[in-house]
This record gives sequence, C-alpha cells and structure tokens, in this order.
Amino acid sequence: MYQYDVIDQTIVNERVSQFRDQTARYLNGKLTDDEFRPLRLQNGLYIQRHAPMLRIAIPYGLLSSKQLRKLADIADRFDRGYGHFSTRQNLQLNWPKLEETPDILEELSKVEMHAIQTSGNCVRNITTDQYAGVAPDEIIDPRAIAEILRQWSTFHPEFSHLPRKFKIAVSGSKQDRAIVQAHDIGLEFYYDKEEKMAIRVWVGGGLGRTPILGSIIREHLEWHHVLTYCEAIIRVYNLHGRRDNIFKARIKILVKNLGIEEFRKQVEAEWLHLKNSPNTINENELKRVAKFFTAMPYEKLNDQDSTYDEAIQNNRAFASWVKRSVHLHKQKGYRTITLSLKPHGLAPGDATSAQMRIIAELADLYSFGELRVSHEQNLILADVKLKDIFKVWEKAKAHQLATPNIGLLTDIICCPGGDFCSLANAKSIPIATSIQEAFDDLDYLHDIGELELNISGCMNACGHHHVGHIGILGVDKDGSEWYQVTIGGKQGNDASIGTVIGPSFAADEMPGVIKKLINVYIEHRDPEERFIDTVRRLGINPFKEYVYA
Amino acid sequence: MLNSQLILNQSIIQDEWTFVPLPNANEEVKKQAGKLVLYKLTGESQPSELQINETVIPQTGKIILPLRVYLKNRNTLQARLKNDEISLWFATHEILEPLLASEKNINVFPLIAVFSERFQDGRIFTLGNLLRTRYQFTNILRACGDILQDQLFYLKRSGFDSYLIKAGKDSNEALKALQSFSEPYQGAVDIKNPVWKRKVRS
Ligand code: HEM
Ligand code: SF4
Repeated sequence: MYQYDVIDQTIVNERVSQFRDQTARYLNGKLTDDEFRPLRLQNGLYIQRHAPMLRIAIPYGLLSSKQLRKLADIADRFDRGYGHFSTRQNLQLNWPKLEETPDILEELSKVEMHAIQTSGNCVRNITTDQYAGVAPDEIIDPRAIAEILRQWSTFHPEFSHLPRKFKIAVSGSKQDRAIVQAHDIGLEFYYDKEEKMAIRVWVGGGLGRTPILGSIIREHLEWHHVLTYCEAIIRVYNLHGRRDNIFKARIKILVKNLGIEEFRKQVEAEWLHLKNSPNTINENELKRVAKFFTAMPYEKLNDQDSTYDEAIQNNRAFASWVKRSVHLHKQKGYRTITLSLKPHGLAPGDATSAQMRIIAELADLYSFGELRVSHEQNLILADVKLKDIFKVWEKAKAHQLATPNIGLLTDIICCPGGDFCSLANAKSIPIATSIQEAFDDLDYLHDIGELELNISGCMNACGHHHVGHIGILGVDKDGSEWYQVTIGGKQGNDASIGTVIGPSFAADEMPGVIKKLINVYIEHRDPEERFIDTVRRLGINPFKEYVYA
Repeated sequence: MLNSQLILNQSIIQDEWTFVPLPNANEEVKKQAGKLVLYKLTGESQPSELQINETVIPQTGKIILPLRVYLKNRNTLQARLKNDEISLWFATHEILEPLLASEKNINVFPLIAVFSERFQDGRIFTLGNLLRTRYQFTNILRACGDILQDQLFYLKRSGFDSYLIKAGKDSNEALKALQSFSEPYQGAVDIKNPVWKRKVRS
C-alpha cells in the first residue's frame, strides 16, 4: 500500500499543528461556533447527540495491521473501546472529547493517518472497490489514481469551500462495486480500442434527500487528464452551484437543472483552458505511485487444497461460512475473505478494540498485513491462502467475526441513526438488530439468498437506503418514529433507486414487514432468482398487496 | 474591538485606498438568471440601477469603486484611472464578463478587490484563480469582506496577495496562517507545479 514520504508526513504533521491551534482558539473564544464549524468538519469532527463524533479517513478503504492496532489503541484511550466502520470506508468514533481531538490526530499521524476532509463542503475521501487489486473481474487497479486524487484533493485551495460536500469514487472492474453512479463524480477505468487506459466520467449522482443516479459527462478521457477534468467540473460547480439552500446545493441539482448537455458544454469550455495545465499527470508520477500497489509476493500454488476441501466436506458451519465469506481471487491458490461486522443483534459496522487487534493479527499472519474496509461496513482480508482459510475462520468465529451472512439479508447497511446522530428522525440500529434477530435461522437465511437491506435514520441517506434491494427510511410523524419501506433499489452497473411500497410502519412492525416481503419473494421466485430480480420482474404490487393486506 | 487591518504579502500595512460601498438596497431583491449560464440562482442580487446611481464617488484620492459604478462612469473616470487612483471591487456572485468586455487590459487597475460576504463562500478562490491565470491580472489582488485567518492560506494559493482582515480579528496571528503548509501537493496559482514536479519523490 502507499507509504508516506517526508512530503506526505510533513503535510499531515502541519495539519495536526494547525488544528491544535484552531481548537485552542475556539476554546478560548477567539473563534465563534460558526467560524470553527467548517474547520472542525474538514477535520472530520461533528458535534453530535452525546459527544463529538470523529470520522477518520481510510483512503480508498485500505488499512495496514499497524494502523488498525493504532485505531484500537485510540478507541481505548480516547473513546469507549469501539469504533464504527462507515459506508464510506471510514472509521467513526462516537465518544471522543473535543479538547482531545488534536491528540487523536497526532496519534493518527504517527501511522500515516488523518481525518482530513472526511466531512465539510470539500472533496471527501476517495472511495473504491474493496477488492481492488485482487478481484478476478478487475480490468485496471484504480488505487494508484485514487492515491493521486487523494493528494491532489488534499487542501485543494480552489475547492476548499464548495457549495456542498463532494464525493469521488473510482472503479476499474467489470462489476462496479464502488457505486460510481451514486457519486458527485464517478470514474470508471477501462482500456480503449488502442489498449490505453481511459476513463468514463460520471457526474451528478448522489443519494440523500434527492436521490439521483449520475450521467455520463465524458465517455472517453485519457487518464493523464483526470485531475484537470475534475477541476473543470468542480470549478463550474463551485461558481454556479446553489449556495442559498443547502438541500439544493449538491452538484446533482445543478446538473439536473442545467441538463447534462448544457453542463457538459460548460465543463468542456472550462477544460479547454485547463487541459495540459501543470496538474496533468505524467507517466513517471503514475509509475511512482503505482509501485506501491503492485501484486503481493504470492507463492506459486495450485488452485485447490485438500485440507480446505475436507474441512468444507466435514464441517457444515465452516462450509456455510465459506459460501458467503470467501471470494475468488486473481491469483491461484488465494482467496479474499470478508469478516462480518454484522453479528446478529449488535450495531452493524461496529468493531471493538479487541476485535480490531484480532483482525490485525489475522492480517499479519495470513494476509500480508493489510486489510480493506468495504462500503458494506465489513472488513476484508484480501490475500489468504486456501490452506489458511480454516484457521482464519476458527479465530474469527471465536471473536464474533464469522457470522456467515455476507451478502445476505442480515448483512445490513445501517447508519448510526437516532442513537447517535442529531439529524435523525428515527433510530436505525434497533431496527437492524430486531430484523437480524427475526432472521436468525441460518438455513433460512441462506435459502433466501442474496439480499441487500439498507437502513437510514433520515432522508440524508447515510445508510444508502435508496439503493438497497429493501430500503428502510426513518421518518418523523407527529414527533414519533416511523419507517418507510422501499424495494427494488440496487447498486452496481444496473443501479436503480427503490420504490416506496406505501404508508410507513411502527418500529415493532418492521421485522414482520420484512418477513412478509420475503414470503412473497419465496412464493413467486423462479429458480436461481434473487429477491431483486423477482421485484424487477413482478413490480412492487404483489409485495405491496400482501404487506398491507 | 480591533479595526480591520490590511495584510499585503507578508506584512501588515496602512491602507492607502478608500473603499466605496454601494448604498443599501431597499428595493425588492431580484434573483439573477445569469447570462452565460442558464442557471445562476444563487439568491444574491446584483446591484440595482438605483444603488449604482446613488453611489457617492469621492472626488479625490485613491478609491476602490464597485465594478458596476465604474462601468457606468467609465468615461469621466479615465483621467483618474491614468493617475492610478481608481480600483475596482465586485462581490463573489457578480459576473466578470461586463468588465472584460469593456477593458481590454485589466491591468489598468492597480488593484482589484473581491468582496466575500461569508467566509464559507468558496467562489472567491475560483475568481482569484481566473483573474490571475485566465485574465492575466498582475497587480494587487485583494480579498475583503468576511476574511478570516483560517482561509488565508487558500486565498494566497488562489492568487490573492492582499487581505483585509475582518474587524475584531488579530492580523498578527492571521499572518502566521500564510505559512500553514510548507509543500502543498497540487499546483495552484502561487506555486504552479504539483509537488511531484518540484521535488524528487520516493
Ligand atoms: C452520526 C453523524 C452523521 C451525520 C451528522 C451525518 C450527516 C449527513 C448528512 C447531513 C448527509 C446528507 C448530505 C447531503 O445530502 O448533501 C449525509 C449523507 C451521507 N452520509 Fe452521513 N452523517 C453521519 C454519519 C454517517 C455514517 C456513520 C455514514 C456511514 C455509515 C455516513 C455516510 C453517508 C453517506 C454515504 C451519505 C450519502 C451521501 C450522498 O448523498 O451521496 N454518514 N450524512
Ligand atoms: S441518515 Fe440521517 S440519521 Fe442516519 S446518520 Fe445520516 S444524518 Fe444521521
């Protein structure tokens, strides 16, 4: 993975001093709340229900075991011994103290980490496919460009105070796992007819209160120009995006109002001036960064291991975990493993400091000391030998990290909701846990098959409910908490936004509603058909009728 | 309360310019549907005819005039302009095209100031960049309005070299912020090249 040189380290150190000074000025009254707000937000610090919340950047979801141990230590020393992995591949601490955040940032800087631009109206942490570099369907490993984008966007002076937040996702695989269509800019890498690396550029996607999938602004962009083209897009947005109404301030609204044709015209006109300007990337820089992301020193192995096969034969629990958690790998004899942070009955995406240390140890022992965070809020060991998988499972299982539910109904994506977030209309974690408890029968869960259930506590959509096969949204009705259900949302190349099935439900009705939706699916599904496919084939009516019957 | 203080490059100096404000508008605010962009509903008003006509132009000394007031009085101001007494200011939501259309060379102005009503309004950075890079403005570029210490570094990188710090804020402390980062990553107005073109990196 990328390693800091003295330039990166100096920037992060200078950031710690800068924020220490800003915090001190705030605490002694030299900065008002309004003046301090954007400064702390651009350092990932929210003021929340109980305490501040600190969002730590995990650039494109890549983490070393050393960094994870540091996060565990920070969670113990400055928080309550756990952290929350978010849908944007970051880590959130729910209980830090404002006065101590400069110290937390200093600790982070010792392991090449920071909280820069994890919130606020600026270019946020760049996200990508959690299987980058190891997925069999990968065309181009997007991580080198993601790192180049990270550096370029860090304290980009022109884009430090945009109308609203700005999220960029990159993807280089056949199956999109980075949801490029739900980002302000989505960059999709491919090889063009001349076998040169090129980029399809999406713009104007986003979830939140007005969910919109992005449009293609440029079908073919030579990779050298990725930074200047992004500059052209963001410049047009910076000048013309709305600043009078925060609910209409995202780029998606500008693109929608102008229409993609007009928006493209303006961006292309701007780009004529920026094209080939100094931020144009050259071969040397790409090479320099790409060398940090070359393949691991794999052993030459067969793509088959008898001890592994026997364990699957003889151990049903292991076999059912393998089915969900072990994924194919580019390299023969290796697999990628997802550790579930979704044990039934606990907050999705949470990990205790003890679990973080165990995972760090597993990474050191079996996966070259590296980890990934997925936007589904799980942790991933990318490079495990077949013969080691059973050992990983035993250890993971002993620490509640091996619930065999990856990609299944209880692998719920869930925002912090009313338990932690001051914007919430309703709690979301208890809904997740009550559904997990209602579907605790593993055989049944496996029979239902692939299903994505996403929950957000308000229309800000942190839990991506719009693109869940089943989406649940917390709504406020006369001061009490209700839940609206959508079905038919999907992420990926054929992304779609879900449709609301009807009036909302009370919290205690929710597990029953999900059961009814599943019953309709089981009754009508064709062999091998996933829930989402059945919904797409039949439309929402049969589901709606049964749920409200 | 501290008066508003002026930073030029790296030092605090006396302001030799008089800022000429627009009189307050009391007519209804009209939302501007901009000319070159179909969509520019940012909610701010452009100065009205009435405001422009009622602006009092000081007869002597170095003055910073509202862009629209200058354009309206352009002919009568030429002598003073030659005398380096006339500079301009405009707000972040105004469009530059009328200026560019009337002045072939904007370097006739010894100073251009961009007024930002709220420090969170990031348009000022793009405007600075455009004035320096596209329109080749080489004289003093001043940021004024809600100008605070913690945005100075970004302003400097966007081509500003003069900052009128908001009243009540300590300019000595603000000066330090110009040095926040020693080697920024990306190319911008002040340092053109990205760091990987300036330094050998491992
Ligand atoms: C607990 C404090 C949190 C607060 C106050 C908060 C605030 C917000 C707000 C205001 C939005 C809407 C922005 C917009 O539509 O322009 C939003 C969107 C979002 N947040 Fe959060 N959030 C919090 C936690 C989280 C967590 C824990 C995650 C990840 C699990 C997350 C991920 C996201 C995502 C993915 C979006 C949707 C972005 C989009 O529209 O493209 N947030 N958040
Ligand atoms: S979706 Fe709403 S409730 Fe949930 S974390 Fe985001 S802002 Fe808070």
